[in-house]
Amino acid sequence: MRLPDKTTTLEEAVAGIGDGAVVMVGGFGVPGTPFTLIRELVRQGPKNLTVIKNDANETGMGVDHLLASGQVARLITTHIGLNPRAIELMNAGKIEVEFNPQGILAERIRAGGAGLGGILTDIAEDTELARGKQRVEIDAKRFLVETALRADVALIHADRADTFGNLDYVATARNFNPLMAMAAPRVIAEAERVLALGELPPDDVHTPGPFVDHVVELGALTEEYAVVRR
Amino acid sequence: MSDARTRMVARAAREIEPGMVVNLGIGLPTKVINHLASDFPVCLHTENGLSGIGPTLPPDRADRNLIDAGGAYVSTVPGSAFFDSATSFALVRSGRLDLTMLGAFEVSQTGDLANWKIPGKFSPGAGGGIELAQKARRVAVLTTQTDRAGNPKLKAACDLPITARACVARVFTEMAVIDIAPAGFSLVELAEGVSAGEVAEATGAPLILPDGDIPTF
Repeated sequence: MRLPDKTTTLEEAVAGIGDGAVVMVGGFGVPGTPFTLIRELVRQGPKNLTVIKNDANETGMGVDHLLASGQVARLITTHIGLNPRAIELMNAGKIEVEFNPQGILAERIRAGGAGLGGILTDIAEDTELARGKQRVEIDAKRFLVETALRADVALIHADRADTFGNLDYVATARNFNPLMAMAAPRVIAEAERVLALGELPPDDVHTPGPFVDHVVELGALTEEYAVVRR
Repeated sequence: MSDARTRMVARAAREIEPGMVVNLGIGLPTKVINHLASDFPVCLHTENGLSGIGPTLPPDRADRNLIDAGGAYVSTVPGSAFFDSATSFALVRSGRLDLTMLGAFEVSQTGDLANWKIPGKFSPGAGGGIELAQKARRVAVLTTQTDRAGNPKLKAACDLPITARACVARVFTEMAVIDIAPAGFSLVELAEGVSAGEVAEATGAPLILPDGDIPTF
């Protein structure tokens, strides 16, 4: 037996993402953002996307390219304070922005990835983020129903992958990546290093290969991955 | 930073007890770290997936994959751990976070906190702030006593959209330490050279004064 090889080219990996697709994008700030996959998505140009990402990166980086190219209709996120363009587009009504509490966004994605319908929580109960949400009562306690989130495709940045798509992440580049890597029927991972089968020790795997569809090896990293000098 | 602010941050640092797991919010609270001795036993947590935050690093020594939730390049200490965003907030919501220190636009006399949105002016999203405010075992606020226009930030009720209700236990300002007591704002300590009357004047709701001498910081 031999585990299948999922390595492919950047162009092939991203091909076929259609207009109106829901796209999850890993990363929290720079660490874990799949900048190369995002650039390719900009190049291929599908429109009217719903993007699910913790943040909107910063000007000239990552998700900002998708905003600049007008490909984003809707952003499901937690905080966009470092991207003035995202704020401007939101205020002008050119994109719709749905804010989630950060850990609730994580749990909604995890629920989606785990085949669940949603989660119950009291987070944000007294805030405007709870408006219009369904409530249920369990053991005399009221909870908000937060629906599960899935996407059509998830874009993931890994440190190491093997050819089957087992992934690991480093430091704070992990963040939303392993959650999103479970929450879409098509998962595309860019990896800084792609190893032969057997070279990524089973105990080191953060995302098991069966969740992953395409693996793209990054060459030399672009400037976007570097330390930001503010 | 002015002397008054430095003293306030130093006073807030004394709120951290040995053994705690602590999350310091963006802005003034982050500066609390500068007032902790390097051998002080505490575990600092950041929402983006790190427990055991080490010193902040300049760009030339930074690891591109290692930031805190505010985007500052940080480091690890012996015993640090990395985890995903779901695990990070499981830690917050399940009661493992002993203390968080947050900034504020407004705090009400019942401990409501508003720190994420100014309608029409500032609406970047709450990030992890709602869960920190709602679920940390103790919530302390570091803020100026008044806003730039001189209006009190401590008020009878919050006018801005709230982050969490009845969550704040204690407020540190450049003028005073004020608890949220069952009966409202309660003066605990005064900054050196500030009178209780001045604090009351700069507070937007009744200020309960303690019996006897008021300690200073």
